Amino acid sequence: MKKATLLIAAIAVASLFPAARSFAAGDTKAGNITISAPWARATFAKAKTAAAYMTLNNSGDKADTLIGVKSAIAQKTGIHRTTMENGIMKMGAVGSIEVPAGGMAMLKPGGHHVMFMGLVQPLKEGANFPLTLVFAKASEVTVTVQILKPGAMGGAAMRHQH
Amino acid sequence: MQRRWLILGLIAVLAVSAAATWNLVHTVKKASTPPPVAIGGPFNLVDHNAGPVTDADFRGRYLLVFFGYTYCPDVCPKAMQTIGVALDQLGKDAAKIRPLFISVDPERDTPEVLKSFVKNFHPSLTGLTGSPRQVQAAAKAYRVYYGKVKEDGGAKDEYLMNHSAGLYLMGADGKFITMFSHNTTPEDLAAKIRKYL
Ligand SMILES: [Cu+2]
Repeated sequence: MKKATLLIAAIAVASLFPAARSFAAGDTKAGNITISAPWARATFAKAKTAAAYMTLNNSGDKADTLIGVKSAIAQKTGIHRTTMENGIMKMGAVGSIEVPAGGMAMLKPGGHHVMFMGLVQPLKEGANFPLTLVFAKASEVTVTVQILKPGAMGGAAMRHQH
Repeated sequence: MQRRWLILGLIAVLAVSAAATWNLVHTVKKASTPPPVAIGGPFNLVDHNAGPVTDADFRGRYLLVFFGYTYCPDVCPKAMQTIGVALDQLGKDAAKIRPLFISVDPERDTPEVLKSFVKNFHPSLTGLTGSPRQVQAAAKAYRVYYGKVKEDGGAKDEYLMNHSAGLYLMGADGKFITMFSHNTTPEDLAAKIRKYL
């Protein structure tokens, strides 16, 4: 009886921190690469595209490169980058993203992102989906991308980084 | 005697070069201020409820105008979110402002698509589209550049767009007031807009 009460209390306490839990679970390791807090914005009902962001840390003494991305949520998944030139915004495919030795690469709004074109269905806030990252050196790895609100800036995910 | 002439000469040379420098600085300064081109002007577009609208329909309200396309999942939603949060921070004053998202991709951004897009960000956000010619005219009035970019091997409707990404604040009289970077934080945007209200 006492044991059961304790268990219920523990569950209640744990459920108070759902965000912390999911973001801690969002850290994935592949060789020397740690992938932190992958997230995407929820999309509007008729959206055909989406983008995912994350931080890649390299604890190794050699640079590694993200060379491919794969997902089942869209017809096409690719590595993209947004750049600004003379006030003109450009977005396009880039072949890869380098993660320097002992350093990191950030995928964030307005910069590098994983681009999904031809969404199979809209991304719903609170849900998640698997995304496979292919590195030149580290093994191929599948991460879970958390879907945040449509206007998310990534701030919440950043704060929960470890 | 000769020495005195030398000194006088030196002073003269100094005076001339100082004047020249001053002139140069002045000219450079003048050249770096942008030429007074009017930004904004009349437009005929279609709103996200498929009704026709013109710039005159918004007189009496400040406009916050952004040109973009809904196929862009990266910066365009971020810019719209910035506007939405800034308007929330402006409280009652937000009623004086009408934010407009003008699509530079009229082929894919139908009123229906725009409606689905804008409601994610702020109740007063209005999505505008139109015929390619109508959109072109509106973009020209705002000195906005846009162009299609096709990816190799992509389907016909899989292009991306390059586009100007400024955020324009227009007065209640429809005249240009100022422009913000799409990168402005919501807090900054709200504070800057408040100064003009
Ligand atoms: Cu992209």
